[in-house]
Amino acid sequence: MNNLTIAPLLIPLVTGVILLFLGKRLILQKALSILSGMAIIATSIFLLMDVLENGIKTYQVGGWQPPFGIVLVADSLATLLVLFSSIIMVATTLFTFRGLDLERKNYYYYPLVQFLLTGVIGAFLTGDIFNLFVFFEVLLMSSYALIVLGGTKTQLRESLKYVLINVISSAFFVTAVAFLYSATGTLNMADLSARIAEINQPGLITVIALLFLIVFGMKAAIFPLFFWLPGAYSAPPPVISAIFAGLLTKVGIYAIYRVFTIIFYHHPDVTHYTIGILAAITMIVGAVGAIAYNDIHKILVYNVVAGVGFILLGLSAFNEDGLFGGMFYLLHDMLIKAALFLLAGAIVVITRTTKIGQASGIIKNYPLLGWTFLAAALSLAGVPPFSGFFGKLLLIQGGFAAEQYVFVAVLLVSSLLVLYSVMRIFFQVILGEEILPDVSRRGNVKGLVYPSIFLLFLSFLMGMGAEAVYPYVADATNTLLNPELYIDAVLKEE
Amino acid sequence: MEILISIVVGILFTVGVYLILSRNMTRIIIGTGILSHGVHLLLLTMGGLKQGAPPLLGEKAASYTDPLPQALILTAIVISFGVTSFFLVLAYRAYKAHGTDNMDEMEGAKSDE
Repeated sequence: MNNLTIAPLLIPLVTGVILLFLGKRLILQKALSILSGMAIIATSIFLLMDVLENGIKTYQVGGWQPPFGIVLVADSLATLLVLFSSIIMVATTLFTFRGLDLERKNYYYYPLVQFLLTGVIGAFLTGDIFNLFVFFEVLLMSSYALIVLGGTKTQLRESLKYVLINVISSAFFVTAVAFLYSATGTLNMADLSARIAEINQPGLITVIALLFLIVFGMKAAIFPLFFWLPGAYSAPPPVISAIFAGLLTKVGIYAIYRVFTIIFYHHPDVTHYTIGILAAITMIVGAVGAIAYNDIHKILVYNVVAGVGFILLGLSAFNEDGLFGGMFYLLHDMLIKAALFLLAGAIVVITRTTKIGQASGIIKNYPLLGWTFLAAALSLAGVPPFSGFFGKLLLIQGGFAAEQYVFVAVLLVSSLLVLYSVMRIFFQVILGEEILPDVSRRGNVKGLVYPSIFLLFLSFLMGMGAEAVYPYVADATNTLLNPELYIDAVLKEE
Repeated sequence: MEILISIVVGILFTVGVYLILSRNMTRIIIGTGILSHGVHLLLLTMGGLKQGAPPLLGEKAASYTDPLPQALILTAIVISFGVTSFFLVLAYRAYKAHGTDNMDEMEGAKSDE
């Protein structure tokens, strides 16, 4: 029994509750938020080492044996994602020091972020499908409050749609759980996996699997279900968009990976091939959207959609390279999307507009910001010294190994379009002749660039030191490919 | 019995979807309420509607009804209650800010502040 497994979940929860009482004492709120992030980073690194050495760690909540109680499962994948989520939380909190207006900070921004993190981490760690639903609701409720915080007209309009979409997808989630419970009689993921393996996934279970794909696809914004994302992610201030882009869709992707590798893996010709087709179309839609708009936020938002497609392609290949590439790209994508949204926030502070073409020539006065944006753009597209390269390389290898040549071609073409879309921001807004509002009307970007540099530095480390990251991601891939490891770890007799 | 309830659940889903597809915000929220009602009923039905005592050990019955779906429904009910109340207040605020409860008209209002 190791209580450390539950620590990443308890730290943000307790911090969030304490922060609720601190009201308008912002310095304390900031300090505690950073402290909580650091504590989660430290525990998850410790946990990660432990998992690599001693195998998957489980925590039986209340001491009830699975499948009867709720169990938390920390395998390499979940722990890595917990680590990266807390890194993003720390970076965005640093950005808020100067990058968020006082009014929003005074009205429970920091506690809401802690509760969001609780939901995200809980969704990563849980080993129970209904508990996953509950943690989804925890993170969704916090995200509803964050998206509407400030209450501008656009925010109100977009959050109405966002809440509606998520209410519907939650209803579908409960429906899917109800069907699955009636078919198998259990809710524990390991036990579900064992029971479905016994009956060899008949057609009924495959239908339920596709229902889960709809549910998680709505959270992850895959092709036919992404329509809510562009509006919802461009409405709130950049910090909140950065948190959303870094964490929320990734939870949906993680859930798809988890469910389709541990539970519904018996008929990949139906389920995984469907995911592949949807992922390919998602990439096309994301790339087309990214080059179609002249608005910085819209471009980045469609890049989020394209990123979802890239990551899910690894699941569709369903071999070692594909899954490894998918996992690596998922981690990279969390860092880089958060960094890009924060940089866009800094750019908008200077230019006072999100439209391309209304302002240009930032680089003369703000060289650090300009070059950081270039580095982020190159990393996003997958240029070697940064982390995007290895993920995409392995995704392509996995695609070739699975003989999905069309999907690989789509991946390469949309990578090119994604690069074009962000380089367009670089050439037209950052380079070029200086057309900027006069100095007095520009906001202060001091301190706004450092959080992105921190994230990009980590991305650079992931790219250069891929060998150091390799064993952890390989261990995560190993668990995804061999569900027995997961089942044995959860259902073992003490 | 399960078949009958399944049909009722189907009707609730239909009504919910129909209302959600309308333009009026209040109707949409009523639709989500009906949808979640259908979902909770489905959860109860899928657990099985066999005869048995209520899940209280004091009953000392030979067989009990399945207690797990009831716990799940209770959780789902409070969650949807929380979300619905948030949604209602959000709709009220949006109505105040935009001066309309029609989703189509809201779309036209692009200007901020």
